Amino acid sequence: MTVNSTGRARAQDRGMLEIKNLRVSIEDKLILDNLSLTVNAGEVAAIMGPNGSGKSTLAYVLAGKPAYAVLSGEILLDGENLLELEPNERALKGVFLAFQYPTEIPGVAAMTFLKAALNAQRRARGEGDLTTPDFVRRVREAANALKIDQEMLRRPLNVGFSGGEKKRFEVLQMALLAPRLGVLDETDSGLDIDALRVVAEGVNALREPKRAFVVITHYQRLLDYIKPDVVHVMTRGRIVATGGPELALELERNGYRDYAEEAA
Amino acid sequence: MVIAIMRRRLLDSPMTAHVVNRSAAERTLARQFAEHERREPSPVRAAAFARFAAAGLPTRRVEAWHYTDLRASMADAAPILPAPTRAHIEAARSRLAGLGRFAAGPRVVLLGGSFIEELSDRLPTGVSIAEGPVTVNAVDDPLAALNEALSPSGCTILVAREAKLVEPITFLHFADEVSSYSVYSRTAIALDAGAQASFVEIFDGAHAGVQRHAATIMTLAEGARARHVAVVGDEPGLHVETQIFELAETAELTAFGLVSGGELTRRQVFVRMTGDAAKVSLGGLALIDRARRADTTLQVVHAAPSGTSREFYRAIVDDDAVGVFQGKVIVERAAQKTDGSMKSQAILLSPRAQMNEKPELEIFADDVVCGHGATVASLDPEQVFYLESRGISNSDAKGMLLEAFGGESIDRIEDGLLVGPLRARLAAWLETRKAKT
Repeated sequence: MTVNSTGRARAQDRGMLEIKNLRVSIEDKLILDNLSLTVNAGEVAAIMGPNGSGKSTLAYVLAGKPAYAVLSGEILLDGENLLELEPNERALKGVFLAFQYPTEIPGVAAMTFLKAALNAQRRARGEGDLTTPDFVRRVREAANALKIDQEMLRRPLNVGFSGGEKKRFEVLQMALLAPRLGVLDETDSGLDIDALRVVAEGVNALREPKRAFVVITHYQRLLDYIKPDVVHVMTRGRIVATGGPELALELERNGYRDYAEEAA
Repeated sequence: MVIAIMRRRLLDSPMTAHVVNRSAAERTLARQFAEHERREPSPVRAAAFARFAAAGLPTRRVEAWHYTDLRASMADAAPILPAPTRAHIEAARSRLAGLGRFAAGPRVVLLGGSFIEELSDRLPTGVSIAEGPVTVNAVDDPLAALNEALSPSGCTILVAREAKLVEPITFLHFADEVSSYSVYSRTAIALDAGAQASFVEIFDGAHAGVQRHAATIMTLAEGARARHVAVVGDEPGLHVETQIFELAETAELTAFGLVSGGELTRRQVFVRMTGDAAKVSLGGLALIDRARRADTTLQVVHAAPSGTSREFYRAIVDDDAVGVFQGKVIVERAAQKTDGSMKSQAILLSPRAQMNEKPELEIFADDVVCGHGATVASLDPEQVFYLESRGISNSDAKGMLLEAFGGESIDRIEDGLLVGPLRARLAAWLETRKAKT
């Protein structure tokens, strides 16, 4: 990103991601209902909520998945309205979605895909393509940190990957693409405790003042490993409470019942 | 192409009550055959033409031609290209100089269906070439019969017993620049016991005025192993290709066809496994756009026990194009322990694109494992979105998915010397498609 003055940079960092009054439906069913949310640079914002509250919809709408109808509202990343951008343009602006269920793509080798993604990003910045040795070195370093076997990278993308391998591969992509905003959609689902630790360490290693994370989760467990700065509670398509990490612990004890009633 | 058929029955004469009027093309073909017979009479050809004439050009009523009404599509038969003269050979020589090679290995050049030794490379040890008529146990198809009736004498490639070739042998069917003509060719390949070889047939240089009728007859003796790849990348108005494969005991065949051009292409593949435990892997990729029509029709006969057959065909259909896949696997009573599996998959890229799929099994033995499946779909939007969400543009994402889809059919050939060039053709086709959109 380009920053002209420190003053402006600071202003941007405060409301790096601003979602204003977002209303979204799919197949005529309203999923996000006037949702507003601000995430600052350097922040890990957890979004917790019961099943069906619209958490994954929020993740997909941030990344620009077609099939969702945005009825009204804005999503501003560094002041720019993401809703006007194609999914790949959003990625090039620094949005990264770690999928809850990464898509299997037969016939496309994981390495081929990584190279295409990295080079798309470099071309958008006006840089040349990576040389093969440089590319391989970067991938190897990132893969080692996430305990990803080189053999896995030669397989077709996500095909035959275990649940844990898929999630680690998502974090590997995030490490290589170094996004401005990382959106983690239920990254803990389907992970055993060892895999969860590896994935969380991978995310924690990427935490830095210029980057923010939106961590969507149903359970508090993930937040033991990725410590959030802010916890938002989402029910029925909107944020109904915001607090510190203690809010997650309270939800773990009492469940979402109080908030569900409040929203009703 | 002009559709102009009128069916009238000559009801006034009981003798001709069942005779249908000949189409213009059928009348021309009869005249062309008569001229051929005057020059070099042959009872074998005459019998072949009689078989063709009895059936006529196929219509939708012929089951194996149900989706390709050749009688309607073929307004007339273009004049047959005469045998190449010195001038033709020299013209071809200079055009060949500017033509890249598809694959490594020696190249055999055919002009107008005739083998041209002086334009061809020397063949490796263990391989010989014999000119002369190619006959074969006829398959029941009018166009196969027409090919036999009208082809020049043709040539046979013989691979000696136990000879094992490293590089493929390429047959280049090189078109002439003459404005409008039809060309017939007939190539035979015979592998003796235990021989191993790969062959490529490239059809090149044709334009819309060309009607091409090609036949390849391959016999594999006991334990022989062959790969065969056919590539139709030029733009003939009509391409009818008949392949006839016959496999003896424990012989193994991998055959593949790539179609990426031509107004109307029909590839018909007849396989017969006459010996025990023969193995066949058939595959193909049709890249069809604009108003093209590409038809692949298979007939695989298991006539002996313990045979294995795999068919894996894919098609990418765009614009107003029409694809056809018909596959029939016949397991005869004697062919116990047959293991057969057929799959055809197509991706449609336009709302007007069409794919017709008809996989069939006819099983007369009781101890077999056979299956088939066919799918027609669009590109998976979830896959496109996943790639886009990583910064890859929509058109690049679709290109990657199509390359993967097509590439998987090519990879099954399992020979780097053939897979590489075929994948390059696929990539080139996808590039031109991208440039178009």
